[in-house]
Amino acid sequence: MMDPAVRNLIDIDQSAAAMGAKADILLEQARWAAQVFQRYDRATTLEIAEAVARVAHEKAAEYAERAVAETGFGVAAHKRLKNELSSLPLVDHYRDWDFVNPQLREREMIVEIPRPAGVVFALAPSTNPIATVYFKVLAALMTRNAIIVSPHPAARAVSLDAINTLAAAAEAAGAPTAVIQAVEEPSLALIDEFMRSPKTDVILATGGSAMVRAAYSSANPAIGVGPGNAPVFVDDSADLGQAAKHIVESKAFDNSILCTNESVLITLTESEKNLQREMKKAGAHICSPEETASLRRLLFHERGFNVEMLGRDATWIAEQAAIKVSPKTKVLVAPIQLIGQDEPLSREKLCPVLGFYVARSKAQALTQARQLLRFGGAGHSAAIHARDQRTVLEFAQAVEVYRVVVNAPCSQGAAGFATHLAPTFTIGTGFFGRSSIGENIGPQHLVSWTKVAWNKDAGEMLDATALGHLNHPGPLPEAPSDGVPGKTRPHYQPPPAAASHSDDSLREEIRRIIAEELRAALKG
Amino acid sequence: MSLEKEDFLERSKTFWNPAKTQDWQDMEVDLVIDRREGYCLYDMDGQRLIDLHLNGGTYNLGHRHPELVEVLNQATSHFDMGNHHFPSLARTALAEALAACTPGDLQYTAYGSGGGEAIDIAIKSARNATQKRKIVSIIRAYHGHTGLAVKAGAERFSKLFLSEDREGEFVQVPFNDLNAMEDALKGRDVAAVLMETIPATYGFPMPEEGYLPTVKKLCERYDALYIADEVQTGLMRCGTLWGITRYGVEPDILVTGKGISGGIYPIACCVLNERSGQWLKQDGFGHISTMGGAELGCIVAMKVLEITQRPQVALMVRYISDFIRAGLDQIRDLYPDFFIGIRQHGVVMGLEFNHPQGAKPVMKHLYRNGVWAIFSTLDPRVLQFKPGILMSQAMCEEVLARVEVAIGAAREEVMGKGSRRGR
Repeated sequence: MMDPAVRNLIDIDQSAAAMGAKADILLEQARWAAQVFQRYDRATTLEIAEAVARVAHEKAAEYAERAVAETGFGVAAHKRLKNELSSLPLVDHYRDWDFVNPQLREREMIVEIPRPAGVVFALAPSTNPIATVYFKVLAALMTRNAIIVSPHPAARAVSLDAINTLAAAAEAAGAPTAVIQAVEEPSLALIDEFMRSPKTDVILATGGSAMVRAAYSSANPAIGVGPGNAPVFVDDSADLGQAAKHIVESKAFDNSILCTNESVLITLTESEKNLQREMKKAGAHICSPEETASLRRLLFHERGFNVEMLGRDATWIAEQAAIKVSPKTKVLVAPIQLIGQDEPLSREKLCPVLGFYVARSKAQALTQARQLLRFGGAGHSAAIHARDQRTVLEFAQAVEVYRVVVNAPCSQGAAGFATHLAPTFTIGTGFFGRSSIGENIGPQHLVSWTKVAWNKDAGEMLDATALGHLNHPGPLPEAPSDGVPGKTRPHYQPPPAAASHSDDSLREEIRRIIAEELRAALKG
Repeated sequence: MSLEKEDFLERSKTFWNPAKTQDWQDMEVDLVIDRREGYCLYDMDGQRLIDLHLNGGTYNLGHRHPELVEVLNQATSHFDMGNHHFPSLARTALAEALAACTPGDLQYTAYGSGGGEAIDIAIKSARNATQKRKIVSIIRAYHGHTGLAVKAGAERFSKLFLSEDREGEFVQVPFNDLNAMEDALKGRDVAAVLMETIPATYGFPMPEEGYLPTVKKLCERYDALYIADEVQTGLMRCGTLWGITRYGVEPDILVTGKGISGGIYPIACCVLNERSGQWLKQDGFGHISTMGGAELGCIVAMKVLEITQRPQVALMVRYISDFIRAGLDQIRDLYPDFFIGIRQHGVVMGLEFNHPQGAKPVMKHLYRNGVWAIFSTLDPRVLQFKPGILMSQAMCEEVLARVEVAIGAAREEVMGKGSRRGR
């Protein structure tokens, strides 16, 4: 490589031309990789995804520790768990889905041929830097897409290491070169280039609202996810002990850094005291009004959430707010009297602080939960603890979200790790959340299907054997480098069908081959 | 053809080059290049052509590459061609960059404004270093049109101007013939062997395994220098920065031109090692070129080297060459009696047709089908097929679709409609 001082006699590195070129070369490579990857069969595709998932799994703990060290927040043990869940179990979850072979719908006379998106541009947040990378990379691999990942600048070093490690594993397993690429120096200008480029097929945006909105404004297809602000309703019919444990466990999980974490607990007057007692037992500290006021000042600035508090330990936050707590405290519970604009503590809090609101009636509880989500986190997640299933359904119908977790920790439950929802690190917030998809995002969202539909009245029968005609030739054969030892292509043999048609040309061909052999022999 | 174009072509004959202008019309290639962008040319009547000629690799990175335009524009606010006598920031920086990326012990750079001039410098340097005069090159070689370079090439270009070698100083031997090469060198009176790594104008015949390294060994044995003409094979076209390194040869002199200019500011470079560059210590004023090594050209060339050496570029070349080859193999299976050979190293390709002038109708039909590729002047059976090193997947696919149609049409023209086709 050239010495940068030498080539920078005239430095155009920050010019629009250079910025465009930086995005372009990665996108072009990704396009090549995607086109070649589409030639792969299902078994090979799965093998590649598994090989990458295995490496991801092995490195889960190391990357968890390094992510905590680099970003300064989160809990390494929990991050490890998230990383692990986003590797082998993720591939297992989708093992029986076929994203590769054409599907036959005999009764409808329809054949569906999978068409991968092509080039996926993915953004990862600082909160789940590695798990998100794992998740998006594996989703892309399972569907034979190429992916370019832009790591979050706050977790750049560890993310780049992870992306490059997965890329090497994919290539070692036989994936096309550059099927996984990293944006080495992510900047707003460069990310914008990727998002606006017509060479990007789909953007998988996970991050702050500004980034997600930018993705949607890019004129490219985007799957973006909005912020969360989950209410958790603890009904009278709930097992309060279990509910308290789940909620504390969820809030403590990676210090509430998942956007699916509970933001405000809503309960009824009848349960208030008992629930608080149970929560204390589970490791929560219930704040006095003065302590709550102190927390409010600490957590929210005029500009919004104080990112210094992001994913910090409860005891550290308590110390900053001059609140005396037991060193075993996992969660700070802040009783609030209002929900909405006039109570900052009813905003999303990516830290182990939980608002605690007591409603006078079930109807009021449902209204307040709905209002909380109107204030923030629309389309995202909510949770309920109740034995009465009618209440569960009433609650679910009231709140404008696309997933409601029942009797389980919401952090893990909504992301598909404590429920049977699809495991994901990209939560679709749907129409409520101004997003294109309301489900947990998975590989199925990175592939579309060509529907081949026959005349329904013609009485034809679908020939299943014809499907086998669509073959998957696999990687491109290596082109020769003529004259380089071991890299020269043997002399051309025309296809047998062509040669057999005419005796003349066959004779001519034989003459040519003999002549070539003779020449070779004479040279030798 | 538009009236404007007809009128223009008349003026071209009147003021520029009557015969050449007419020859193209005779070959039914009425191209007058107007707009150009990326790997596309637009004729003055609007036809779009994908450029697979690249002027011998000049547009290796595409036409008007945005970064090259940017760096040249910015450079003009500070630099011009410079004064050729004085030490120069830009010339030294490019020389340093070349020393870092060329094989072996190549160290100094002497500049020309075009490949021929750089070849002349190479020949003069070799003569000075060895104190011998003879230059051995390949029959039907092409190294440019300047005084010495034209003598080293086919007589096709020297005889016309009564400029062919008459003193027996320029010896030509057949390509891939080691016995002939050894015979030429045996007398120990040869200053240098001058070789295009893959002879371009001769239709890219490929060196046989071991040929080039053995030529280098023979040079060492008989005290001649090895000049690698990397004008068409350099700059990643063979998948590595210099084609010659793929063949395991460390030349005494390496010449690069065409592509090194980015097609945007003329420059060519003759890179010398300690021995071949000894005149630079003996008499630094011995060779002078006002335009050679123009500082603006140096700045563009540094950018060319930087872009070309980005790690993704080598991978792109691999994809492009694998993909194009797979596609060409399929096309060859369709027309096996006409399209009879593919010579390839990276994106340096020659397509061979079963007719002494076979590449000319192919060129014509490609032109009609929106692709510009040129036949090999010194072997018109072979079409030079030179995709750019940054060509997109979509464009490669488009090229193959157009090539298939054009080869089919050319085959029909040459061999008649009723003749046999492949499957």
